[in-house]
Amino acid sequence: METTQPAVMDSSSPTAEDMLSLQNINTYYGPNHVLRNLTLDVRKGEIVCLLGANAAGKSTTMKTIFGLVKPRSGRILLEGERIDTLGTDAIIKRRLALVPEARRVFSRMSVRENLEMGAYMIPDKAAVLSGIEFVYNLFPRLKERDKQTAGTLSGGEQQMLAMGRALMAQPRLICMDEPSMGLSPILTQTIFDTIQSVRQQGVTVFLVEQNAFMALNIADRGYVLQQGQIVLTDTAKNLLTNDLVRRAYLGG
Amino acid sequence: MAYFIQLAFAGLAQGCIYALVALGFTIIFKSSGVINFAQGEFLLVGAFIASVATFEWGLNFFLAVFIALLITVLIGVLFERFALRYMIGRPAFAIIMITIGLDILLRTGVVMTGKANERPPATPYGIASGVNYGGVHFGENALWTILVTLICCVALYIFFRYTRYGLAMRAAAIDQEAALAMGVNIRLVYALAWGIAAAVATIAGIFLAINVTTFDSTLGSIALFAFPAIILGGLDSIPGAVVGGVVIGLVQLLTQGYESHIANFVGIGFDTITPYLLMIIILLVRPYGLFGTRKVERV
Ligand SMILES: Nc1ncnc2c1ncn2[C@@H]1O[C@H](COP(=O)(O)OP(=O)(O)OP(=O)(O)O)[C@@H](O)[C@H]1O
Ligand SMILES: [Mg+2]
Repeated sequence: METTQPAVMDSSSPTAEDMLSLQNINTYYGPNHVLRNLTLDVRKGEIVCLLGANAAGKSTTMKTIFGLVKPRSGRILLEGERIDTLGTDAIIKRRLALVPEARRVFSRMSVRENLEMGAYMIPDKAAVLSGIEFVYNLFPRLKERDKQTAGTLSGGEQQMLAMGRALMAQPRLICMDEPSMGLSPILTQTIFDTIQSVRQQGVTVFLVEQNAFMALNIADRGYVLQQGQIVLTDTAKNLLTNDLVRRAYLGG
Repeated sequence: MAYFIQLAFAGLAQGCIYALVALGFTIIFKSSGVINFAQGEFLLVGAFIASVATFEWGLNFFLAVFIALLITVLIGVLFERFALRYMIGRPAFAIIMITIGLDILLRTGVVMTGKANERPPATPYGIASGVNYGGVHFGENALWTILVTLICCVALYIFFRYTRYGLAMRAAAIDQEAALAMGVNIRLVYALAWGIAAAVATIAGIFLAINVTTFDSTLGSIALFAFPAIILGGLDSIPGAVVGGVVIGLVQLLTQGYESHIANFVGIGFDTITPYLLMIIILLVRPYGLFGTRKVERV
């Protein structure tokens, strides 16, 4: 069923440049209606960020994209192909990768094994090895901890590992759920630098962040989610000066 | 001394049986959180099929073992696929009940064939053969039991450490949703867990049946001793299951051998409760077993 979009919505309809497009998504947890008619899109090569208060439904948006929860209605397209009907494994196979909220590294596995798990859908062994080299170049601290159990890494190292693990899938689109959570300003900067260099390599980035200022500084566009609804979307530059955003997320 | 070594050897072989049962139990528990009360019945069904295959169908021992493995693995995988899968999200109690249902189903299935009192499968080696060394008899079946258990452990170690599906099973055991997000097919993980559990139980069942020389439908009750082994090792630890199994076997056979020597008040049959005594003591000292993980991890 087609519904009219709120006036604030970006008027763009899905185009050939769309990497990911969510159309009128409604997601529930039991009777709890969490995502309400959510529509957004991420174009190829962009960094798009999703802002929202606690419990707005940001993580649920991520889980819905990956089929970890199924939307009750709406469609999700990846480069024009419907993926909301697919299982998570089939979605991952299409080169989507997730950096989940709270890192979720495999605690009782080594750093290297975590990276190997990231490449679970990559059949080519040589590609996996060069992927590990790539991640170790990006995060030399992980290289030193190759055999260490992931659960014993520091919070920042675990975040690097979660990001490296996602990159192992050689993604076209990488979705990150609060990658800077609980990190020091310096480590946060490292993570944001990495996000930019990842985009430079041609990977599209969809980013959920509490740190709205830093996210908007590296993003091209942004969406604001309130109680499961998109209430605002604009270029990152405009959002930085937008009243609603300033009041709610930039503390001023 | 020879007496002690004799007992320890028998205990080790018995412990290997427990270890194999405990292994399957732990692998299922780790990957799906299901406590499988039918684990013991895989021993019975495996030994039974191998026996029928050698005596009724006149097959060679190895072929018989292969067929027994095939059928029990199929039973395990199909049970997971067609019964347990519809229980996802149901209370743990309901899931336990359904595995108890499988237990009863398998046992009565064997009884109903009318061949429940069976000789163990004809072995390529003499049941009573073995080597004598220093006054100790090392029975051939016990030697094979120990060797094959060792091979199973090494194979599982390699599987879990170095193979793609082994890593996937470990990852899913640690964090199922994160494993899904890597593209792991959780259905495959469950199927593998049940398949491996059924296979190791069948191997244990065949050796056990050969060891007891005649067996009936109660063969699977041996799993009762695998429970203390699992608790001893720590419910969710695979090496723990092996160590726990061996320790229980040793303790049991040693008490069996010495109980008449010690004191009258201990009495005969004390060995059937020592595994549980040991379990209780370990639980008091280390509530998570010898190798179990405490649920405190950095997130
Ligand atoms: N598995 C679940 N079962 C039931 N309700 C859930 C579940 N996960 C999330 N919710 C509810 O859905 C709503 C949105 O949660 P979500 O995790 O998507 O929020 P979020 O925007 O990511 O918040 P935060 O910034 O705190 O991470 C919340 O009210 C939450 O309680
Ligand atoms: Mg969240």
